Amino acid sequence: METSVTNWLLALGGGGLIGMAATILLLINGRIMGASGIIFGVIKPIKGDTLWKYKFLLGILLGAFSASFFIDEAFINLSNRSLISIAIAGLLVGFGTHMGNGCTSGHGVCGISRMSSRSITATFIFILTGAITTLLMSKSITLF
Amino acid sequence: MKNSIIALLVGMFFGLGLVISGMTNPHKVINFLNFTQSWDPSLAFVMLGAIGVHTIAYRIIKHRTSPLLGGDFKVPKKNKIDKQLIIGSAIFGIGWGLGGYCPGPAIASLVSLKTESFIFMLTMILGMQLHSLYEKKIMKGMN
Repeated sequence: METSVTNWLLALGGGGLIGMAATILLLINGRIMGASGIIFGVIKPIKGDTLWKYKFLLGILLGAFSASFFIDEAFINLSNRSLISIAIAGLLVGFGTHMGNGCTSGHGVCGISRMSSRSITATFIFILTGAITTLLMSKSITLF
Repeated sequence: MKNSIIALLVGMFFGLGLVISGMTNPHKVINFLNFTQSWDPSLAFVMLGAIGVHTIAYRIIKHRTSPLLGGDFKVPKKNKIDKQLIIGSAIFGIGWGLGGYCPGPAIASLVSLKTESFIFMLTMILGMQLHSLYEKKIMKGMN
Protein backbone atom coordinates (compact mmCIF):
# COMPACT_ATOMS: atom_id res chain seq x y z
CA MET A 1 0.00 0.00 0.00
CA GLU A 2 1.10 3.56 -0.59
CA THR A 3 1.95 4.80 2.82
CA SER A 4 5.00 6.86 1.94
CA VAL A 5 5.86 10.08 3.69
CA THR A 6 5.31 11.97 0.41
CA ASN A 7 1.68 10.85 0.35
CA TRP A 8 1.15 11.99 3.91
CA LEU A 9 2.72 15.37 3.19
CA LEU A 10 0.59 15.82 0.07
CA ALA A 11 -2.48 14.88 2.11
CA LEU A 12 -1.55 17.38 4.83
CA GLY A 13 -0.78 20.13 2.29
CA GLY A 14 -3.92 19.48 0.26
CA GLY A 15 -5.91 19.48 3.48
CA GLY A 16 -4.33 22.82 4.40
CA LEU A 17 -5.51 24.24 1.07
CA ILE A 18 -9.05 23.00 1.78
CA GLY A 19 -8.92 24.66 5.22
CA MET A 20 -7.68 27.86 3.62
CA ALA A 21 -10.49 27.79 1.05
CA ALA A 22 -13.07 27.41 3.83
CA THR A 23 -11.42 30.29 5.68
CA ILE A 24 -11.54 32.69 2.73
CA LEU A 25 -15.22 31.91 2.05
CA LEU A 26 -16.15 32.50 5.69
CA LEU A 27 -14.00 35.59 6.25
CA ILE A 28 -14.88 37.41 3.04
CA ASN A 29 -18.36 36.12 2.07
CA GLY A 30 -19.56 34.91 5.46
CA ARG A 31 -20.56 31.51 4.09
CA ILE A 32 -19.85 27.92 5.05
CA MET A 33 -17.97 25.82 2.51
CA GLY A 34 -20.25 22.80 2.37
CA ALA A 35 -20.12 21.02 -0.98
CA SER A 36 -23.43 19.15 -0.69
CA GLY A 37 -25.37 22.24 0.36
CA ILE A 38 -23.86 24.30 -2.45
CA ILE A 39 -24.69 21.60 -5.02
CA PHE A 40 -28.28 21.50 -3.78
CA GLY A 41 -28.37 25.30 -3.94
CA VAL A 42 -27.74 25.05 -7.66
CA ILE A 43 -30.41 22.38 -8.20
CA LYS A 44 -33.00 24.33 -6.21
CA PRO A 45 -31.91 27.96 -6.74
CA ILE A 46 -32.76 30.68 -4.24
CA LYS A 47 -33.09 34.06 -5.95
CA GLY A 48 -30.01 36.23 -5.45
CA ASP A 49 -28.07 33.47 -3.73
CA THR A 50 -27.11 31.22 -6.61
CA LEU A 51 -24.45 32.83 -8.81
CA TRP A 52 -21.68 32.39 -6.25
CA LYS A 53 -22.58 28.71 -5.92
CA TYR A 54 -22.16 28.19 -9.66
CA LYS A 55 -18.83 30.02 -9.52
CA PHE A 56 -17.69 27.88 -6.61
CA LEU A 57 -18.49 24.66 -8.49
CA LEU A 58 -16.80 26.01 -11.63
CA GLY A 59 -13.77 26.84 -9.46
CA ILE A 60 -13.61 23.22 -8.24
CA LEU A 61 -13.48 22.04 -11.85
CA LEU A 62 -10.75 24.54 -12.74
CA GLY A 63 -8.72 23.73 -9.64
CA ALA A 64 -9.02 19.98 -10.15
CA PHE A 65 -8.16 20.32 -13.83
CA SER A 66 -4.99 22.28 -13.14
CA ALA A 67 -3.95 19.92 -10.33
CA SER A 68 -4.28 16.95 -12.67
CA PHE A 69 -1.27 18.24 -14.64
CA PHE A 70 1.15 17.78 -11.76
CA ILE A 71 -0.47 15.02 -9.73
CA ASP A 72 -0.02 11.57 -11.25
CA GLU A 73 -2.98 9.26 -11.00
CA ALA A 74 -5.17 12.16 -9.84
CA PHE A 75 -8.38 10.39 -10.78
CA ILE A 76 -7.30 6.78 -10.90
CA ASN A 77 -9.78 4.37 -9.41
CA LEU A 78 -8.61 0.89 -8.54
CA SER A 79 -11.56 0.23 -6.27
CA ASN A 80 -13.21 -2.25 -8.70
CA ARG A 81 -16.65 -1.03 -7.66
CA SER A 82 -19.22 -1.77 -10.34
CA LEU A 83 -21.16 1.03 -12.02
CA ILE A 84 -24.27 -0.24 -10.23
CA SER A 85 -22.53 0.19 -6.86
CA ILE A 86 -21.45 3.68 -7.93
CA ALA A 87 -25.03 4.55 -8.93
CA ILE A 88 -26.47 3.31 -5.63
CA ALA A 89 -23.66 5.10 -3.77
CA GLY A 90 -24.62 8.37 -5.48
CA LEU A 91 -28.26 7.97 -4.47
CA LEU A 92 -27.31 7.30 -0.84
CA VAL A 93 -24.80 10.17 -0.72
CA GLY A 94 -27.33 12.60 -2.19
CA PHE A 95 -30.22 11.48 0.03
CA GLY A 96 -28.08 11.25 3.17
CA THR A 97 -26.27 14.57 2.85
CA HIS A 98 -29.55 16.38 2.18
CA MET A 99 -31.20 14.72 5.17
CA GLY A 100 -28.18 15.21 7.46
CA ASN A 101 -27.54 18.77 6.24
CA GLY A 102 -23.94 18.29 5.23
CA CYS A 103 -21.03 16.17 4.09
CA THR A 104 -17.30 15.82 4.62
CA SER A 105 -16.60 19.51 3.92
CA GLY A 106 -19.55 21.15 5.71
CA HIS A 107 -19.65 18.89 8.76
CA GLY A 108 -16.19 17.26 8.66
CA VAL A 109 -14.07 20.36 8.05
CA CYS A 110 -16.10 23.53 8.77
CA GLY A 111 -18.32 22.16 11.53
CA ILE A 112 -15.59 20.36 13.46
CA SER A 113 -13.42 23.50 13.28
CA ARG A 114 -16.29 25.41 14.93
CA MET A 115 -16.59 22.59 17.49
CA SER A 116 -20.25 22.16 16.51
CA SER A 117 -21.71 19.20 18.39
CA ARG A 118 -23.99 18.40 15.44
CA SER A 119 -21.05 18.24 13.03
CA ILE A 120 -18.87 16.20 15.38
CA THR A 121 -21.74 13.71 15.76
CA ALA A 122 -22.39 13.64 11.99
CA THR A 123 -18.72 13.08 11.14
CA PHE A 124 -18.36 10.31 13.70
CA ILE A 125 -21.43 8.59 12.26
CA PHE A 126 -20.54 8.83 8.58
CA ILE A 127 -16.98 7.64 9.15
CA LEU A 128 -18.36 4.74 11.21
CA THR A 129 -20.98 3.63 8.68
CA GLY A 130 -18.44 4.20 5.88
CA ALA A 131 -15.96 1.94 7.67
CA ILE A 132 -18.57 -0.77 8.23
CA THR A 133 -19.61 -0.61 4.56
CA THR A 134 -16.03 -0.93 3.24
CA LEU A 135 -15.43 -3.83 5.62
CA LEU A 136 -18.57 -5.66 4.45
CA MET A 137 -17.70 -4.96 0.81
CA SER A 138 -14.17 -6.32 1.20
CA LYS A 139 -15.55 -9.46 2.85
CA SER A 140 -18.08 -10.02 0.08
CA ILE A 141 -15.38 -9.52 -2.58
CA THR A 142 -13.19 -12.21 -1.01
CA LEU A 143 -16.19 -14.54 -0.72
CA PHE A 144 -17.07 -14.35 -4.40
CA MET B 1 -20.63 40.25 -7.97
CA LYS B 2 -17.48 40.43 -5.84
CA ASN B 3 -18.67 37.53 -3.76
CA SER B 4 -18.92 35.29 -6.82
CA ILE B 5 -15.31 36.06 -7.81
CA ILE B 6 -14.25 35.09 -4.28
CA ALA B 7 -16.34 31.92 -4.59
CA LEU B 8 -14.57 31.05 -7.86
CA LEU B 9 -11.18 31.45 -6.18
CA VAL B 10 -12.31 29.45 -3.15
CA GLY B 11 -13.58 26.69 -5.44
CA MET B 12 -10.21 26.59 -7.20
CA PHE B 13 -8.31 26.20 -3.93
CA PHE B 14 -10.79 23.56 -2.82
CA GLY B 15 -10.49 21.64 -6.11
CA LEU B 16 -6.68 21.84 -6.01
CA GLY B 17 -6.65 20.69 -2.40
CA LEU B 18 -8.98 17.78 -3.10
CA VAL B 19 -6.82 16.43 -5.93
CA ILE B 20 -3.46 17.07 -4.24
CA SER B 21 -4.59 15.39 -1.04
CA GLY B 22 -5.86 12.24 -2.79
CA MET B 23 -9.55 12.72 -1.99
CA THR B 24 -10.45 12.27 -5.68
CA ASN B 25 -9.03 8.75 -5.61
CA PRO B 26 -11.94 6.54 -4.44
CA HIS B 27 -9.66 3.56 -3.90
CA LYS B 28 -7.62 5.58 -1.44
CA VAL B 29 -10.77 6.77 0.31
CA ILE B 30 -12.01 3.20 0.63
CA ASN B 31 -8.63 2.07 2.00
CA PHE B 32 -8.81 4.87 4.53
CA LEU B 33 -12.30 3.92 5.68
CA ASN B 34 -11.50 0.23 5.83
CA PHE B 35 -9.08 0.43 8.74
CA THR B 36 -9.28 -3.27 9.52
CA GLN B 37 -7.11 -4.22 6.56
CA SER B 38 -4.29 -2.59 4.54
CA TRP B 39 -5.17 0.74 6.16
CA ASP B 40 -4.07 3.86 4.33
CA PRO B 41 -4.07 6.58 7.00
CA SER B 42 -3.07 9.39 4.64
CA LEU B 43 -6.59 10.79 4.37
CA ALA B 44 -6.60 11.40 8.12
CA PHE B 45 -3.87 13.93 7.34
CA VAL B 46 -6.26 15.71 4.97
CA MET B 47 -8.73 16.20 7.81
CA LEU B 48 -5.88 17.19 10.12
CA GLY B 49 -4.56 19.79 7.66
CA ALA B 50 -7.98 21.23 6.83
CA ILE B 51 -9.31 21.30 10.40
CA GLY B 52 -5.95 22.58 11.70
CA VAL B 53 -5.96 25.61 9.42
CA HIS B 54 -9.67 26.35 9.73
CA THR B 55 -9.84 25.93 13.52
CA ILE B 56 -7.17 28.59 14.03
CA ALA B 57 -8.74 30.88 11.44
CA TYR B 58 -12.22 30.44 12.92
CA ARG B 59 -11.00 31.52 16.38
CA ILE B 60 -9.91 34.81 14.80
CA ILE B 61 -12.90 35.28 12.45
CA LYS B 62 -15.52 34.70 15.16
CA HIS B 63 -14.58 37.99 16.84
CA ARG B 64 -15.77 39.90 13.79
CA THR B 65 -19.32 41.19 13.60
CA SER B 66 -19.60 40.81 9.81
CA PRO B 67 -17.72 39.32 6.84
CA LEU B 68 -15.29 41.54 4.88
CA LEU B 69 -17.87 42.02 2.08
CA GLY B 70 -20.54 43.00 4.59
CA GLY B 71 -23.84 41.35 5.42
CA ASP B 72 -24.16 38.63 8.03
CA PHE B 73 -22.26 35.48 8.73
CA LYS B 74 -24.49 32.61 7.60
CA VAL B 75 -23.32 30.02 10.10
CA PRO B 76 -25.74 27.29 11.27
CA LYS B 77 -27.00 28.11 14.75
CA LYS B 78 -28.86 24.86 15.29
CA ASN B 79 -27.29 22.63 17.91
CA LYS B 80 -29.94 20.01 18.45
CA ILE B 81 -28.81 16.54 17.43
CA ASP B 82 -31.95 15.21 15.78
CA LYS B 83 -33.00 12.03 14.02
CA GLN B 84 -32.48 13.60 10.58
CA LEU B 85 -28.83 14.35 11.36
CA ILE B 86 -28.12 10.86 12.67
CA ILE B 87 -29.98 8.86 10.01
CA GLY B 88 -28.89 11.17 7.18
CA SER B 89 -25.23 10.96 8.16
CA ALA B 90 -25.47 7.18 8.51
CA ILE B 91 -26.95 6.88 5.00
CA PHE B 92 -24.30 9.22 3.61
CA GLY B 93 -21.53 7.13 5.20
CA ILE B 94 -22.86 3.94 3.62
CA GLY B 95 -22.84 5.62 0.21
CA TRP B 96 -19.36 7.03 0.83
CA GLY B 97 -17.99 3.59 1.70
CA LEU B 98 -19.80 1.98 -1.22
CA GLY B 99 -18.54 4.34 -3.93
CA GLY B 100 -15.55 6.10 -2.39
CA TYR B 101 -16.92 9.49 -3.43
CA CYS B 102 -18.27 12.30 -1.30
CA PRO B 103 -19.87 15.42 -2.87
CA GLY B 104 -16.80 17.72 -3.24
CA PRO B 105 -14.49 15.13 -4.83
CA ALA B 106 -17.41 13.93 -6.96
CA ILE B 107 -17.57 17.38 -8.59
CA ALA B 108 -13.78 17.52 -8.97
CA SER B 109 -13.75 14.06 -10.58
CA LEU B 110 -15.97 15.25 -13.42
CA VAL B 111 -12.85 16.67 -15.11
CA SER B 112 -11.61 13.09 -15.54
CA LEU B 113 -14.57 12.63 -17.94
CA LYS B 114 -14.99 9.10 -16.63
CA THR B 115 -18.41 7.44 -16.94
CA GLU B 116 -18.54 6.59 -13.24
CA SER B 117 -18.08 10.24 -12.26
CA PHE B 118 -21.09 11.27 -14.33
CA ILE B 119 -23.21 8.40 -13.10
CA PHE B 120 -22.37 9.25 -9.50
CA MET B 121 -23.16 12.93 -10.04
CA LEU B 122 -26.53 12.16 -11.67
CA THR B 123 -27.68 9.71 -8.99
CA MET B 124 -26.40 12.01 -6.22
CA ILE B 125 -28.57 14.85 -7.56
CA LEU B 126 -31.47 12.41 -7.81
CA GLY B 127 -30.91 11.37 -4.19
CA MET B 128 -30.99 15.01 -3.05
CA GLN B 129 -34.21 15.60 -4.99
CA LEU B 130 -35.77 12.45 -3.54
CA HIS B 131 -35.08 13.53 0.02
CA SER B 132 -36.29 17.02 -0.73
CA LEU B 133 -39.59 15.60 -2.03
CA TYR B 134 -39.86 13.21 0.90
CA GLU B 135 -39.31 16.09 3.31
CA LYS B 136 -42.08 18.11 1.66
CA LYS B 137 -44.46 15.17 1.86
CA ILE B 138 -43.77 14.75 5.57
CA MET B 139 -44.25 18.48 6.18
CA LYS B 140 -47.59 18.31 4.36
CA GLY B 141 -48.62 15.33 6.43
CA MET B 142 -47.90 17.26 9.61
CA ASN B 143 -50.13 20.19 8.72
